[in-house]
Amino acid sequence: MLRQIEGSQAIAEVVAMCRPEVICAYPITPQTHIVETLSAIVKQGRLKPCEFINVESEFAALSVAIGASAAGARAYTATASQGILFMAEAVYNASGMGLPMVMTVGNRAIGAPINIWNDHSDSMALKDAGWIQLHAETNQEAADLHMQAFRLSEAISLPVMVCLDGFILTHAYERVDLPTQDEVDAFVPPYVPRQVLDPEEPINIGAMVGPDAFMEVRYLAHHRQLEALEYIPLLAEEFRARFARAAGGLFQTYRAQDAETIVVALGSVNGTIKDVVDTLRGEGVRIGSISLCSFRPFPTAALAEALKSARRVITIEKSLANGLEGDVAHDLRLSLHGRTTRLNCVIAGLGGRPITRASLTRVFREAVEDRLPALSFLDLNMEAVNRQLEHERAAPAESILASMYASSSRP
Amino acid sequence: MFQVRIHGRGGQGVVTGAEMLSVAAFLEDQWAQAFPSFGSERMGAPVMAFCRIDQKEIRSREPITDPDALVIQDPTLLHLKSTWEGLSARGYVIINSARAISDLGISDHTRQLPEDHVFAAPATELALKHVGRPVPNAALLGALAAVSGCLRLESVEAAIRHKFPGKVGENNIEAARAAHAMAVNALAGPGVGAHA
Repeated sequence: MLRQIEGSQAIAEVVAMCRPEVICAYPITPQTHIVETLSAIVKQGRLKPCEFINVESEFAALSVAIGASAAGARAYTATASQGILFMAEAVYNASGMGLPMVMTVGNRAIGAPINIWNDHSDSMALKDAGWIQLHAETNQEAADLHMQAFRLSEAISLPVMVCLDGFILTHAYERVDLPTQDEVDAFVPPYVPRQVLDPEEPINIGAMVGPDAFMEVRYLAHHRQLEALEYIPLLAEEFRARFARAAGGLFQTYRAQDAETIVVALGSVNGTIKDVVDTLRGEGVRIGSISLCSFRPFPTAALAEALKSARRVITIEKSLANGLEGDVAHDLRLSLHGRTTRLNCVIAGLGGRPITRASLTRVFREAVEDRLPALSFLDLNMEAVNRQLEHERAAPAESILASMYASSSRP
Repeated sequence: MFQVRIHGRGGQGVVTGAEMLSVAAFLEDQWAQAFPSFGSERMGAPVMAFCRIDQKEIRSREPITDPDALVIQDPTLLHLKSTWEGLSARGYVIINSARAISDLGISDHTRQLPEDHVFAAPATELALKHVGRPVPNAALLGALAAVSGCLRLESVEAAIRHKFPGKVGENNIEAARAAHAMAVNALAGPGVGAHA
């Protein structure tokens, strides 16, 4: 049913229809309305059987999800920003033990300095923790990805993060076609666990593994990520056949068929990018874009194929590996290996800075005219940066604010 | 595309206003996108929310910098330069005030706008009368529907009912109707501006 609904609420409705049996959450900033809405749904008795567990921290939230999954329950939690960092050890445990579960990450920046706004540095901090990471472009896709995430997680026995941009999507009201319970039941059948902790037949999971077998365990985890590369497109295809709309998959392309320049990005900024692509296409620029859904596993081979006719690739990235470049560009180099394709990495939107059509249009033009450096920062106030560099004498980085506003606050 | 920027103070309901506007547009089979300005919102601080309305899917996610309409919930924000930033030369302005537009000292900002695009609705007074609380949203949306024609009053009423089922919603709808009627009368009359 079509609804005009807040992103967080749409996700909560779909998650509830996926019938998780345990939902654990730590209800404090940086939490979203997702678990708040789910707690109301459980309280109203709309989701049965389900235990909603208010835990004492994010570390406990994921630890309880691990316990629930090990006991054979379908488990769900959500977090963001410092919250995911606080559960980091458990994040590795969940994937290391091969326990299926779904966790929504409403992507936000990480402090210090304190910043509550959107970028991708939280999920990027745990990109190699062994989880699947899927990114949503719209709230419709975010809702749809949750159905696929439970299927995927349980099919390959790995935990899945569904990432969507904090505030930009989680707090946006837009049109979402919510499925019916019957449709979700048909797509997401009951969970049949591969391993279950049972007091009648005790087993040990996550036990000590010495140097004789640890490499093999890690190799198997690597192998399972690669298996997901095969399964994710099949799942997206099945979803499309059932629901008559595209969602998920490794990535989705936009006007990229004959494009000389292809923009690659994660998440909601792809919407703005598509509008800019249309504008530039109108001017005769052969440009297209790729909305990358599956960041982990990274679809190296499929991207190599999709980018094979491109002369130039631009990544728009909301995270930065200090001293290197954006995480997408870094991984994309494998897809472009041995080619002369030019790669422009553009860091944008850190800490919630708006990514505007005007600024994207400008950098895409610069890239097409070969005037954009390999690494650039969208709308960076270089004047403020240089002033700070000049004056920096062991001062904390946030004193940059004082220098930016000094002139305006004096009479 | 029709873009509305709502200005208010934390606690006055800018986000709820943008949400109801988007629901009203949705009920008219349009596409709409509403979102807050994502500050660390505090009671009383200047805040904004945005709503885009279009006949097709809205893909861009940037904040609205070139609004077609401003809804100003708190007249103390009229003298912030940022309130008026980017307003289209054919834009609409709905202000929560019981005073006449000419008494508000905003001619620098409204001079270039068509006279019948600027309207002051006594939204707080209407809310106190009909709802019993100083919640100006419903009345302002009623006035916006009348002045801009971007939505039908029935859609605004349905959106209010959707957000606030029961008595509270019905009372808010009364406030919206009253403000809508004032705006329609003013548009029909010689000058625009509410004298409640």
